[in-house]
Order: sequence, then C-alpha cells, then structure tokens
Amino acid sequence: MNVFRLEMWSPYVVGILIGLLNIVTLIVSDKALGASTSFAKTSGMIRKLFNKEKVQKNEYYLKVAPTVDWGWMLVVGIIIGSFISAKLSGAFDVITVPYMWQAEISTSFFLRFIIAMFGGITLGIGARWAGGCTSGHGISGTAQLSILSWVAAICFFIGGIASALLIYGI
Amino acid sequence: MLDEIRETKGLQLFLGLIFGIVFGFLLQKGGVSNYDIILAQLRLQDFTVLKIMLSAVIVTMIGISILRPTGLIKIHVKGGSIKNSIIGGLIFGVGFGTLGYCPGTIAAAVGSGNLDGLIGGMIGIIIGTGIFASMYSKLREKKLFTEDRFSKISIFDKIEGNALKFTVPFAVILFFFMVILEIAGL
Repeated sequence: MNVFRLEMWSPYVVGILIGLLNIVTLIVSDKALGASTSFAKTSGMIRKLFNKEKVQKNEYYLKVAPTVDWGWMLVVGIIIGSFISAKLSGAFDVITVPYMWQAEISTSFFLRFIIAMFGGITLGIGARWAGGCTSGHGISGTAQLSILSWVAAICFFIGGIASALLIYGI
Repeated sequence: MLDEIRETKGLQLFLGLIFGIVFGFLLQKGGVSNYDIILAQLRLQDFTVLKIMLSAVIVTMIGISILRPTGLIKIHVKGGSIKNSIIGGLIFGVGFGTLGYCPGTIAAAVGSGNLDGLIGGMIGIIIGTGIFASMYSKLREKKLFTEDRFSKISIFDKIEGNALKFTVPFAVILFFFMVILEIAGL
C-alpha cells in the first residue's frame, strides 16, 4: 500500500480520519480522545514508588487514580503508531534538537533540554489546571460543544502564539 | 452487546492501544509529530495544526449530532470553570510554545525519534502534572481551581430538536475559515 509510505497526508484527510476515530472510540469505548490525564496518572504511579501513603491520601489522585487504563494505553499506542508511520515513510529520524531551533536559536542540546523540560512542566501544570489538552479540550471537548473547552482551546493558542513569538521574534 | 464490550476491562485496554496506534499514525502522517510544524503554526506561518483540528472537530461534531439521538453514543463534557480554562489554558499555552509539542503530539514526536521530546518534554510533563496534583487541594481552598455554572455543560443539551440545525451552520463557518486559510496561502 503506497499511501502508507507517503511522508505526509493532507491535513484535511488526517483531520477527517481523527474525527472518525473519535466517533468510533465514543461508540466502542464510550470515551473521547485525550492524552494529558495519562501523564497525571504516570506521575502518581512514579510517586507511589517513593511515598505510597502520600499518593493514596492526595485529593487529586483520589479523583484521577494512578492506574493503567484505556487512556494510558492510548498514549502508549500513539508512540507505536507514530513509529510505524515514520518507519514506513522513511521519516524516522533520531534528532536531539529540532531543525527550526538549530537554525534560529542554538545547536546546543543542553539548552534545548532545559527549555523543553521547562515547557513540559508548564504544559503539565496547565493541562491539568484547565482539565485537558489540545486533544481532550481542543478536539474532543470543542466537538462536544463544551463552552469550557472552547475557552481553554483559545487560551492554549493565545499562550502558545505569545510564547513562540517571544522566543523567535515576530 | 455494546455495554458488554465497554465493560470488559482487558478488551478496553487492548482497544485503547489499537486506537492509540491509529491516532499516532495519523498524527505522524499529519506532520504534527514535528516540532517545526507546530512552531510554524504558533508563529502563524503555517496552519497545518489548525486545519487538522478543525476538520476533526467538524466530523466529530456532525457525527455526535447524528448518533447521539440513537443512543449509540453519549457525550462526556469536562467539569471545571471559565477561570480554570483561562488560567490553565494560558499556562498550557506557554508550555505549548516553549516545548513545541502537546501531550498527544509529544508521544508521536517520541515515536518518530525526537529525543528532546522524550528526555526533556515527556519527563517535564510528568513532573508538571505531579506538581499540579500536589497543588490541587491548595488551589481549591484558595478558589483558584473552581467549578462554575458552565461545568459539564454542552450546547448540545441546550439545542431543542435536531442538533444538526445548529451544528451544520457552525460546521459551514469553520469550513469557510479553512477556505480563507487556503486562499491566503497559509
């Protein structure tokens, strides 16, 4: 199948297929696509190794139980699916610093690592504060016509555009 | 039959993995596992990310409008407040711009070989969600994390009669927005 070997598909085709996937998951699993909760669960699983009691008493982990569930497997699947796609098209490429960053900021992995870590921490806090991420709010929530999801998705882009322009200049 | 499938835990874990593989495959084919494409969106140079999101939203929204009345699907609207969405959303946005991936696309980025996503970003997100878990009780006490009258509210529940009479015109507006992007060469 040649189409699977293409490096990129039209964003509209990809979007339509993600929409259909969302409908299928709602039918078969009674769940919508989302990713950030799984990271919160993982943080709980890791912290349980060090201080089980504290995690068991934490109000947040009582609500978001640190266990492997459908959504957690979904994120594992994303890694595998992306790997398969990249391998099929030959786009798989081990890189430490993204090309745009190399060209305009720096080739240092250490700097990129520090900024990525800072960005990740910020992203994690924000995602759980807002109650979802670009998938959970941005696609699933907005499509379910949730007002909170529309507000969150717009704020994702306001913050994202502002910080990107701050880093790279206008 | 459907209830049985939904309640079989082992099967659901397996299905989660399969759906994830499809999702990851699509994210990579769409190019959004790539930092450069996400940043080009946030720098307003290329609108691939928004095109994918809006097409997915249109299909899901129309699908829900048709299938929800049959009872085949239920909607799951998140709880929270406008305040949470704004504060959390802006913090998320800063992370989105500096990391260059979001929680879903970072998994795809790792799968296609981005080590900054794995070593920096993924570990960062796990730490960040852990910090939030520790802050959670305090944030609620100080009314920085709340629930308001929009919590778990969907416009789908406010539409009387067929939801398509709202979702079709809305989909048309989103569609024309994408047509404008194409005309503008973005």
